[in-house]
Amino acid sequence: MGGVTVALDVTWAVKWLTLSAQAMAEHRVELIELDRAIGDSDHGENMDRGFQAVLDKLAEAPPETPGAALKLTAMALMSKVGGAAGPLYGTAFLRAATALGDAAYIDAPALAAALGAARDGIVARGKAESGDKTMVDAWTPAVEAATAAAADGDTLAVLIAAAEAAEAGAIATDPLVARKGRASYLGERSAGHRDPGAASSALILRAAAGAAA
Amino acid sequence: MTVRIVVVSHSDKIADGAVELAAQVAPDVMMVSAGGTSDGRIGTSLEKVMAALEQTTGGDGVLVLTDLGSAVMTAESALEFAGEPADVLLADAPIVEGLVAAAVAAQGGANLRAVRRAAEAIQGYSRPQDEAHLPEGARAPAGAPSRAVAASADAVAADGRTRPDATGDFELVNLAGMHARPAAKIAGGLSGMDVEVTVNGVDGASMTGLMTLGAGRGTVLHVEASGPDAERAVEYVGGLVRAGFGEP
Repeated sequence: MGGVTVALDVTWAVKWLTLSAQAMAEHRVELIELDRAIGDSDHGENMDRGFQAVLDKLAEAPPETPGAALKLTAMALMSKVGGAAGPLYGTAFLRAATALGDAAYIDAPALAAALGAARDGIVARGKAESGDKTMVDAWTPAVEAATAAAADGDTLAVLIAAAEAAEAGAIATDPLVARKGRASYLGERSAGHRDPGAASSALILRAAAGAAA
Repeated sequence: MTVRIVVVSHSDKIADGAVELAAQVAPDVMMVSAGGTSDGRIGTSLEKVMAALEQTTGGDGVLVLTDLGSAVMTAESALEFAGEPADVLLADAPIVEGLVAAAVAAQGGANLRAVRRAAEAIQGYSRPQDEAHLPEGARAPAGAPSRAVAASADAVAADGRTRPDATGDFELVNLAGMHARPAAKIAGGLSGMDVEVTVNGVDGASMTGLMTLGAGRGTVLHVEASGPDAERAVEYVGGLVRAGFGEP
């Protein structure tokens, strides 16, 4: 297999979710500050609480496949987050879980496809498009980069490409005027602030890469 | 057995209160509230919505009403989790008015699609132009039904509109006129029939539509009905109006 990463399994999935929970706890205040500027300042707290609930569920009933881990995550986030981020992330994880099915191992194309399904779920649920200053602006470039990287068959490379593109996409929301979500009520005043959902999306995708490294 | 209703709100007080209110006009309809988060905060909870959906299975279908943005997303997610059951529909309607209209329709025995239609008919109601739309001669004398049954449903009136299968004109005789309870009785009964009815231009199966008429005592209700139950529908409305809805 040379330098190519082996297929990802449930251990990776659990580590990804654990690292995501850590990231949400670490960046809680930062996300709250971002959301205070253009939203209702609950994103950091909601995401932290949601991922703590994910950790509880993982401990209660350890999943046997990556898909099962992601489905459990979807349920926990939708139940505990409360704000719009709950159903949006919940749908993302649910669609990714459905795309992965019962597979024990995920190769690079399946991984890129699952990320694409997650992004499509967010778009379907939130009805936002690229450039609306939402988490879609992190996910769409991430999926494009992941799909391009998947051709080489290296799952770690796919995840790193996705994380880098999501981070760049989140930063690129700074000058945008919000057209969806609560920030859109602010109109022009939403420009000059990073979208909190795009920021948390980048953290989650970075955690996915960290778990595979 | 009736259609059952789930109410999803960011606030458990709003969800509970809306159900309490609607139960006044629809005592036999099972309505379950799913308000707030699992830990009692403002927000919506997939767990609560799924539990409510579970509780309401076994009837003639379930209509889900929601309030603001993420409540819609949570309800949609719950349906996705449940595998998009065919007998559960989301309504795009204001949570209080839509719920009352839906509950009335369900109480009247309407099927799931009709219950959703009743809820969604709340959207965009504008007060009709008093009686200006009534055809010449439609302002019948007090309580005297002027019934005209068209030869066929395809019959088209001179003004190009399809002529209704049955019509009637009935003067309101009760003191309070068309308030909530009479509107609920009319809308509830009509919702269960296979018929399209307008009363002075508004949907007769819509409780709030009827209430927008602001029709007081002495107002003549012009009823137009089309469909298999057209005759029955006109008789039903006429009977209620003549009896003063059982009120003074």
